[in-house]
Amino acid sequence: MKRKSDVVIIGGGVNGCSIAYNLAKKGLDVVLFEKNYLAAGATGACGAGIRQQWSTRENALLAIQSVKIFERLNRILGQDIEFRQGGYLIAVHDSQGMEQAKKNVTMQRSLGLKVNILQPEEIPKVAAILDVNGMRVIGATFCPTDGHANPFKTTFAYAHAARNYGAEINTHTSVVGLKVAGKAIRTVVTDKGTIHTDVVVNAAGIDSKEIAKMAKVNLPLKPFRKEIMATERLAPLFEAMVISFKDGIYFSQQKEGQIVGGIPIPEETEGYKTMPTFAFLQHMSQTLTRYAPVLKHVNLLRHWTGFYDVTPDARPILGVVKDVKGFIQCNGFSGHGFMISPMVSKLLTDLIAEGKTSEVLESLSLDRFKGKVTEKELSVVG
Amino acid sequence: MKRSIVCRCEDISEEDVIQAIEEGYTDIEELRKKLRIGMGPCQGRVCIQLVARILERKTGKKISKIPLPTVRPPLVPVSLGTLACENDEKEI
Ligand SMILES: Cc1cc2nc3c(=O)[nH]c(=O)nc-3n(C[C@H](O)[C@H](O)[C@H](O)COP(=O)(O)OP(=O)(O)OC[C@H]3O[C@@H](n4cnc5c(N)ncnc54)[C@H](O)[C@@H]3O)c2cc1C
Ligand code: FES
Repeated sequence: MKRKSDVVIIGGGVNGCSIAYNLAKKGLDVVLFEKNYLAAGATGACGAGIRQQWSTRENALLAIQSVKIFERLNRILGQDIEFRQGGYLIAVHDSQGMEQAKKNVTMQRSLGLKVNILQPEEIPKVAAILDVNGMRVIGATFCPTDGHANPFKTTFAYAHAARNYGAEINTHTSVVGLKVAGKAIRTVVTDKGTIHTDVVVNAAGIDSKEIAKMAKVNLPLKPFRKEIMATERLAPLFEAMVISFKDGIYFSQQKEGQIVGGIPIPEETEGYKTMPTFAFLQHMSQTLTRYAPVLKHVNLLRHWTGFYDVTPDARPILGVVKDVKGFIQCNGFSGHGFMISPMVSKLLTDLIAEGKTSEVLESLSLDRFKGKVTEKELSVVG
Repeated sequence: MKRSIVCRCEDISEEDVIQAIEEGYTDIEELRKKLRIGMGPCQGRVCIQLVARILERKTGKKISKIPLPTVRPPLVPVSLGTLACENDEKEI
């Protein structure tokens, strides 16, 4: 382990690893610490859906620009991340939902996104297994360039490429302390030794709150437990990710043929409990077989839990904090931090390597929670 | 060349495992996620011990120190139709 570096990154999820890659490529000396193995946190548990249909402009922008990067990522990183664009179909159930959907579509189109409003009879053309009556829809929105990638392969590909550019990635190494002096980051303490640096990136997922406390910074993050399930493998049935903000469900068929999906647990509370529940299984299978009755005959194989790191406005916390120089936040993704990771890591790299800030970074800084009312992201599932 | 299968459910051979270890996937969870070993219907009851042993041989990490993945419910495959039944008493 090195004793000194330009930047220390805490967390080996998709965000930590992609920042490590981007910074190392710019020639910075980068060290990353992951307390477990790579993608051990939310990244390894996630649905890895990639959606550009958001209600806030900056999430839509981040996602649209990220898709442009995902489209080239196999070539850039030299490994297959299994990125596929089967589209996202968002079910709309009532006139209120349709009103919001139209508003979203207008904003998304103004950013150049191809997205359509579908009539109920057009829905089975996108995914023949869907039952419009069971879904109780009056329409849907569909964006054909939304999609999915393999979260583990993406993280590993970033880590691999980062190492090729000289980054040091230490797994099974926990950060246990941060030393601040003169209002600036000086030292990172791990269970395997200390390292001096001027810049620390806090990309520790739900543990980011604990990390921030080490520098006496308070992050408004709450962990929310989420369950997700996978069925046995089936022949290819449909390509789109199907979601509903009202029912909270999301599901898609993955490359290997299994259907993966989730839904909020009925009596959900914040906290760290990890045991999967029967309530989830029942609620999920009832809703899923209502949307796609043929799936009744399909076996569920596995079911697991992960955590969303949720902020008060469901938007991430990115960039500098006022009180501690060199302490960069990259957390609070509130359940959609995989799909925007290419752009998030690019913006943070520009900030760290060149001191360049941007409109998006400004609007997502920790400072936004001081006093002002912020615009909440409404298009959240799971 | 003859392949010796370690994970029957996902059709992964010893050679596949060794290649992945050589590419830097040196944690049982990393191997599991890369190769999908242990993600088949038996959830790794057949293969995980074998993979742990190969990992031990290749990396010198002691097997008792290799954390084994958790088996995830349900323990046997159940149909979504069964799970969706309101009053079903079936245990998972
Ligand atoms: C069920 C589920 C479904 C989801 N579906 C989607 C989806 O469809 N699309 C999407 O975009 N997003 C989805 N998400 C959200 C997405 O998974 C996360 O936002 C994203 O993976 C966050 O990545 P990260 O790198 O920021 O954090 P993480 O992947 O959580 O990584 C943080 C890492 O930090 C490490 N760490 C913690 N503390 C320390 C310490 N003290 N020292 C060293 N290391 C430490 C952890 O071990 C962990 O590996 C989903 C999440 C869940 C739970
Ligand atoms: S043999 Fe590997 S999962 Fe069944």
